Amino acid sequence: MIGLTHYLTVAAILFTIGVLGIFLNRRNVILMLMAIELILLAVNVNLVAFSAYLGDLTGQVLAMFVLTVAAAEAAIGLAILVIFFRRRGSIAVDDVNRMRG
Amino acid sequence: MALELIVFLPLLAAIVAGLGGPWIGKTASKVVTTGALMIGAVLSWPIFFQYIGGSVQPTVVPVLDWIRSGDLNVAWALRLDALTAVMLVVVTTVSSLVHLYSWGYMEEDPGQPRFFAYLSLFSFAMLMLVTADSLVQMFFGWEGVGLASYLLIGFWYHKPSANAAALKAFVVNRVGDFGFSLGIFGTFWLFGTVSIPAILAAAPHMAGSTIGFAGMRVDVMTLLCLLLFVGACGKSAQLGLHTWLPDAMEGPTPVSALIHAATMVTAGVFMVCRLSPMFETSTTAMHVVTYVGAATCFFAATVGTAQNDIKRVIAYSTCSQLGYMFFAAGVGAYGAAMFHLFTHAFFKALLFLGAGSVIHAMHHEQDMRYYGALRKEIPFTFWVMVAGTLAITGVGVAGIGFAGFWSKDAILESSFASGSVPGTVAFWLGSIAALLTSFYSWRLIFLTFFGKPRWAASEHIQHAIHHVHESPDEEHGDSAHEAGLPPEGSGGYHPHESPWTMLVPIGLLALGAVFSGQIWHGIFTDAARAPEFWRGSVAFSEHLAHAAHEAPFWVKLTPTIVMLIGLYIAWRNYIQKPEAAGNFVKQFPAVYRFVSNKWYFDELYDVIFVRPALWLGRLFWKGGDEGTIDRFGPHGAAYAVGVGNRITTRLQSGYLYSYALVMLLGLIGAASWAIWWAK
Repeated sequence: MIGLTHYLTVAAILFTIGVLGIFLNRRNVILMLMAIELILLAVNVNLVAFSAYLGDLTGQVLAMFVLTVAAAEAAIGLAILVIFFRRRGSIAVDDVNRMRG
Repeated sequence: MALELIVFLPLLAAIVAGLGGPWIGKTASKVVTTGALMIGAVLSWPIFFQYIGGSVQPTVVPVLDWIRSGDLNVAWALRLDALTAVMLVVVTTVSSLVHLYSWGYMEEDPGQPRFFAYLSLFSFAMLMLVTADSLVQMFFGWEGVGLASYLLIGFWYHKPSANAAALKAFVVNRVGDFGFSLGIFGTFWLFGTVSIPAILAAAPHMAGSTIGFAGMRVDVMTLLCLLLFVGACGKSAQLGLHTWLPDAMEGPTPVSALIHAATMVTAGVFMVCRLSPMFETSTTAMHVVTYVGAATCFFAATVGTAQNDIKRVIAYSTCSQLGYMFFAAGVGAYGAAMFHLFTHAFFKALLFLGAGSVIHAMHHEQDMRYYGALRKEIPFTFWVMVAGTLAITGVGVAGIGFAGFWSKDAILESSFASGSVPGTVAFWLGSIAALLTSFYSWRLIFLTFFGKPRWAASEHIQHAIHHVHESPDEEHGDSAHEAGLPPEGSGGYHPHESPWTMLVPIGLLALGAVFSGQIWHGIFTDAARAPEFWRGSVAFSEHLAHAAHEAPFWVKLTPTIVMLIGLYIAWRNYIQKPEAAGNFVKQFPAVYRFVSNKWYFDELYDVIFVRPALWLGRLFWKGGDEGTIDRFGPHGAAYAVGVGNRITTRLQSGYLYSYALVMLLGLIGAASWAIWWAK
């Protein structure tokens, strides 16, 4: 029988992979966006799992919201990426340091 | 009224020419300044004659209140007595002639209004000094001549050597002035006044009292007189503080004449004579004055024999003659001291201006080794220089003689007649110095005017021949050649006699050099006539004057004999056998080096004072200021901020993921805290 623990474990693994994807990724920004999606999905898995376990629909409603926000965020992120590529000719993460002090 | 005009016209002229020079032009500046001094000279001579005639009493002309503060009460007042009258004549006459001479000598100089303004300022300061009624006013004039000499020595300010010489004169004079000002403070402290007549009246009552100074009990009058004498040493270039005087040759030649004859170096002698009743109260101080004077007289005369720069020879000659004046004052023969000051002013101004005329003719060559045979080329200059040399060497026979004959003999006889140990020492040193004086003075004449022309090797003459433009004041490097003369040859150069503006002053001075001793020796030094003339303005001793008059015959003969010996040595070495001098130098190189390097005084001072001062300065600068205050103060703070900046800048990598990591770590930290510790 698959219980709550299994869901939470999967979510935790996904979240960790997502976080590591942000920090260890040195290649390009698209991978970073994907890692952020992964983190959001992990959160969604948690929400849905707790919702089913507690018999409360609020969690599933919230998961729908998160999906919406994630879609918008992906669209905006990719748009920024396109413009950034036009200006700098590269989307390698190491080149993105305009905020350097 | 005449006295105010004499003193203040030069100041007025200096202001007009100095500040208005650019507007009124150089001719107007020259006319104003020279005119002011001429008027002064014309007004001064009648005053002098009045005092000779004995028809006037000493007077004090009040001008203004200056300082009134508690016991200190200083007023501007012009004091006129016989001593002042002598100095007025000397200062205004020499100064006005120097002004006139500068018309020709400075003809091509672009800074003429400035030059003439400085000259007049110089004369004003000296006139203020000699008419001073209080020590403070005298100190004002004292500092005034110091300032003006600084400005004039450094007149060619684009020459580093002139700037260095000006600074040296200023700094060495500060040492003397320090002593002088301490003397003034001490005098005010003890006497409660700075008025000279009051001090002189009170001085005999102070004799013998003691005071604690620097941890010792010292005689109060000795202390004051020695402090004042330090000031006199600085201004009058006595041994120890003499080093500025030869370097002052960097200034234009008229300035040298003014400094050496009238307006600066005589100030010390004047001060000692003015305060003579004060010096009379301390035997120790008088002995010190005598010894210092005699030592300077001998020292400078030896150095003068080995100089090659024509102006330097005369400069050391001045130093030596000032030594005579001081030891005359030291043995109590103030009349003789002032008499020598008076005659010296004429023949020394003459020698300097004559040398200027030679330099002018030789296209600014100053090295005598490149002269020779100028007798025929510039005859007028030759004859007046000979007159000056006859005067300084003291040529004369009983009853008839040139100026120096009277004054130098009076000094030597007085020092012998004083009978004291210092007086005897001074007599012998003075006699040896008279021999050396004769030698170097005739050496100058022989090298310059006799023999064959040696002009061809001179760089200055080369420039003149090839019409290469050159700044008029570059000094020839004189260390390049050791003893021995350069090859002969005129190089096709024709020296020219100077313009009349230069010849008239030296002609008039030549009259003074020839006749001033003959005419006025009686009133200055004669036991019967001098007291009538001085009327207590100096502590004239009739007893000493009598004793000097009755000095043994061989004493009176000594100056003449040594003068002839000196003349013979010079003639033998520079006329008969021109190579003899070089041989002497080869035989005794150590003696020559010692003397030509001025007894290594400059080197000694360099080691004792200059280098430690520089070292100390560098220590405070590098160690104290930069190493401590700056290091821990502004520079340290700035450096710490810089280091902090670099560290924090490194955190601002600009990479998004590192910011995110920091945020995550912070979040974890905050969450952990919330879970574990905050319930």
